[in-house]
Amino acid sequence: MEILSFVYFGGAILLSALMVVIFKNPLYSAMSLLSMFAHVAGLYIILEAEFLAGVQLLVYAGAILVLYIFVVMLLNVQAQGRVLQKQAPVVFVAAVVAALEVAFLISRTHFYPEIPPVPHPGVPPLGNTEMIGMVLYTKYLFPFEIASLVLLVALVGAIVMAKGKLKFR
Amino acid sequence: MVPLSWYVGLSSALFLIGLIGVLVRRNTLVVLLCIEIMLNAVNVNFVAFSKYQHVIDAQILVFFVITVAAAEVAIGLGIIISLFRLKGSVNIDDFNILKL
Repeated sequence: MEILSFVYFGGAILLSALMVVIFKNPLYSAMSLLSMFAHVAGLYIILEAEFLAGVQLLVYAGAILVLYIFVVMLLNVQAQGRVLQKQAPVVFVAAVVAALEVAFLISRTHFYPEIPPVPHPGVPPLGNTEMIGMVLYTKYLFPFEIASLVLLVALVGAIVMAKGKLKFR
Repeated sequence: MVPLSWYVGLSSALFLIGLIGVLVRRNTLVVLLCIEIMLNAVNVNFVAFSKYQHVIDAQILVFFVITVAAAEVAIGLGIIISLFRLKGSVNIDDFNILKL
């Protein structure tokens, strides 16, 4: 059952990622990226990371992609000229070489078998979201605050970039 | 039980697809989408290792990667809008104005 769902989600992820690269129209690319995000969220659910599946759907599919589609429709660029860059044939050859290398490395790597979880005596088992909350607000509190700073800088930067009235010269 | 190597294979294939897209496509908007594919490939790897090693910290790291991806998309789209205003095009080979 788990293998079946892994094959379904993995196949759908790879297929829609390929579609992102193949489609000529950026709007179609964005739509197949939406399908990829949804299937990655499904993969997270198989991997028992329910909180991240929710965050994936909310942030990626809900926020990032909508912002993206807004910009694509705002610019309304018609595809003109060729789709690929000049160096595309070289890239394809290099990609085949890299894929063979990665396949070789994975086939030769010895992966550990899954370790069974060690229950602590006296500590009640927590769900995924509770565990993430416990660790995020204790051990990773400082990076969490820094992340808010990064988001603030990105907010200001995006407004400055897109406003356009400012002279950069 | 799905072996861990399948997840590693899936995520490296996904990363390769994203990398090919970044290097090959001429439309800057699609290049930005392909960067998202690469970030997602890394996230899948993190979550798979987190499940198989029972380490929750990897999922925190994925959380931060998603934060950075959101910031990156906002800034990237701002840059693309501003460049489109400057050049009237979103093709990446029109943007060689820093080249000597």
